[in-house]
Amino acid sequence: MLYGLCVLAALLAVATIVEIAYQVFHGARPAIDKSGLGFLGHTTWKPNDGIFGAGTFLLGTVVSSAMALALAAPIGISIGLYLSLLAPKGLRGIVSPLVELLAAIPSVILGFWGILILAPWLNKHAEPALHKVLGFLPIFGPVPTTGASIFTAGLILTIMVVPIVASISRDLFLTVPSELQDGALALGATRWETVRGVVLPSTASGVAAACCLGLGRALGEAIAVAQVIGAGNQIHKSLFETGDTLASRVALQFPGALSKEHFAALFYLAAILLVIGLVTNLLAQWIGRRFDVQRAVAR
Amino acid sequence: MTDMTTETLFDPTAPLTASGNLRRRQLVSGLAESAATGAALLAITVLGIVIYAVIARGAAALSWDFLTKNPPAFGSGGGIAPAIVGTAVIVGLGTLIAAPVGILTALYLTEFARGRIGNLIRLTMDVLNGVPSIVIGVFVFGLLVRGHHQSGFAAAVALAIIMLPLVARSAQEVLLLVPGSLREAADALGVARWRSVLGVILPSAMGGILTGTVLAVARAAGETAPLLLVSSIYPNGVHTNPFSSGLANIPVYIFNASEQADPGGFTRAWGAALVLMAFILITSLGARALLARSRRKLTR
Amino acid sequence: MTFDEFSGEDLEPQPLPEQAAPRRVRIKTDLGPPPGIRLGTNGKSPTTGRDVVFDVRDLSISYGPKTAVANVSFKIYRNLITAIIGPSGCGKTTFIRSLNRMNDSVPGFGINGEILYHGHNVYGGGVDRVEVRRRIGMVFQKPNPFPKSIYDNVAWAPRNLGMRKGLDERVEKAIRQAALWDEVKDRLKSSALSLSGGQQQRLCIARALAANPEVLLLDEPCSALDPISTAKIEELIDELTDDYTIVIVTHNMQQAARVSEFTAFMYLGELVEFDSTSKMFTAPHDQRTQDYITGRFG
Repeated sequence: MLYGLCVLAALLAVATIVEIAYQVFHGARPAIDKSGLGFLGHTTWKPNDGIFGAGTFLLGTVVSSAMALALAAPIGISIGLYLSLLAPKGLRGIVSPLVELLAAIPSVILGFWGILILAPWLNKHAEPALHKVLGFLPIFGPVPTTGASIFTAGLILTIMVVPIVASISRDLFLTVPSELQDGALALGATRWETVRGVVLPSTASGVAAACCLGLGRALGEAIAVAQVIGAGNQIHKSLFETGDTLASRVALQFPGALSKEHFAALFYLAAILLVIGLVTNLLAQWIGRRFDVQRAVAR
Repeated sequence: MTDMTTETLFDPTAPLTASGNLRRRQLVSGLAESAATGAALLAITVLGIVIYAVIARGAAALSWDFLTKNPPAFGSGGGIAPAIVGTAVIVGLGTLIAAPVGILTALYLTEFARGRIGNLIRLTMDVLNGVPSIVIGVFVFGLLVRGHHQSGFAAAVALAIIMLPLVARSAQEVLLLVPGSLREAADALGVARWRSVLGVILPSAMGGILTGTVLAVARAAGETAPLLLVSSIYPNGVHTNPFSSGLANIPVYIFNASEQADPGGFTRAWGAALVLMAFILITSLGARALLARSRRKLTR
Repeated sequence: MTFDEFSGEDLEPQPLPEQAAPRRVRIKTDLGPPPGIRLGTNGKSPTTGRDVVFDVRDLSISYGPKTAVANVSFKIYRNLITAIIGPSGCGKTTFIRSLNRMNDSVPGFGINGEILYHGHNVYGGGVDRVEVRRRIGMVFQKPNPFPKSIYDNVAWAPRNLGMRKGLDERVEKAIRQAALWDEVKDRLKSSALSLSGGQQQRLCIARALAANPEVLLLDEPCSALDPISTAKIEELIDELTDDYTIVIVTHNMQQAARVSEFTAFMYLGELVEFDSTSKMFTAPHDQRTQDYITGRFG
């Protein structure tokens, strides 16, 4: 009886994932039939005219998430190192839960703060400064009048990814045997040489998996991005311009979708997201198969 | 092997201060350590700034009326009572769905499953955890809303799917901490497995499982994306019936405010953000503390 | 170098309590020492003309409220092997780890007294512990090669130290010194973890030698190894004494007797006796030493 219930529950979980894939692809079917894989490269999205292409959003997703990962990986790994190797025990007990709290802040609140407080500040101070110093790079172009931008979205995503990378890598670094670290120290290595020579190499695959999970989180985030990215329809060279991501577009247009085609196209976006989510997740599982990287996420 | 040609690059009697390139290496190491400390400081600072912003602006909106009154049709004043009630109904119902399924799945994985099937289900859970919440919203829309209407129930199902892997995972971890000797003792008495699970294993892990569930609740309470698709159209006023229509809820309330340029709406949204954040931070901090305690209890 | 074995000697001077079996101890007697130095009971000091490497003065070490080492004083001489013996928990590992400041990051670690290394206080102001550890290498109880290739394990410290010139030769020399070259010369690029336990431990010794230290601290280097590997390492230690000063912690008295010139016996954190090994194992002063080496406890 109990065994039966347990099996049923487990099967329900498996059925859910299958059903998710079925529903999403079923909903996307009309759009897939109509435009096939060309949908991915097509950069026009005009629901009123019935023209749908995911290119702009695909690019926006990749750019904002790449920016988030580029910032969050070094910051998160550094925090992991601090928490596992540097911080005094008492301080670790305080800082660790605080970093995890950052992950507990709902994305809608982060996005609300992002558009009302962070974006105007960036628009007024950070973006002009970056343009002044690095303006020769097209990605740091002239600063427009509003702070809603891919740049702001990338920073908000960074805030979401950092605690994921930090807590997983902290757990990973704590698994490095102290004998190995002693071995390095006894050879007259500095703390940094010990980290670079022993701690990081022996956890590299786990750290990569952590970054992969963090990337998956960034790629799939809809709400906070929708709030700060400005829902642009054009591709711009500059990060300071508006743009949009797959997830954000679904969140913004799904509730008010105009037509069956529009719905199907949004389902198609969701299907792409599902595939991206599965790929990053499975990739993370595979890269980090020596480690239990999901542990820190579920906590 | 008595070659005495061991070179002495270093004078053994020299003082033990940094020699050779050590000063530079120590500098590099010190810089790296400062950078790591700085990164931790940065994360805490951002957390502090966000929490401060929400508290400073939200506190202005907070009052008894704010928690108990309906929002006005336009302008300032009024409260978010329907959203608070709606969120409670949706999250509560979602928990009622996710907790039993999650705990039973965890029991299956720790007590019954073996080999390949266990791995498949574990993988399924991890993959489910990696599905973007907006996709779960699209799924539930296709499953329950399309052709019918939005509902609080659909929102609860979406949250349940998000909570399921979290509940299962934390329950599994607690169950794995139950000493094997307890199981063996029950087995030795000739008790059927399900009896030993119900009578011995589950009770000793229950505290940990419940706190793990509370953590999942804290995570789900702030989820916005799926609710936006399946419970964003709702009647005015406080409603509790999850089947008749969509239910107002705090996350969608905040999201909608951020999409409009209404200062009165902003104030209420900050207040709503404060209520939501306080709930989430307090429950997740509390649950974490309890979880750590019940883990210690089981591992002792 | 050779070491004579007179394995027939029974050291049991007293009737034994029934639970203790008599132990047979082979003692290293002939040192082939530099002129002027003789060990034994002929009245001459065995240390005449020897440089003092470590002068430990009234050393006490505590972890929080717990005292691990109390009022230990003795000297460690250059190019000799000093063994530290005693039952587990006697503070010998704490002691040897304090010689190159490996205890610094242990919570609650506190130290009183002085450890003078060539006259410089190891725990003095301005001392850089990284420098200390470079000059005073250490090999641990459990072989702990890095998860890298054999070559990279040995080359790691020289690379850090900026000794990149002639790296290949340096690595080869260190591995040869550790008597491992013939076994690994054809697979320097394969993982160090593919070696056997005994080989791993010799690799760890090679790794330590490559950093060009003066002193080698060995913390129960054979406790995880089989007898054959142990014999190899003991032989190796004996050869290394020409170039290095060696301190070895061991719970194996026979090992101390076989390899060392001096022995310190520690018990409950105190130094009970310190003397030349031959004297220690033939005519100990202290009743506790007597009891320990005859196997009454430990």
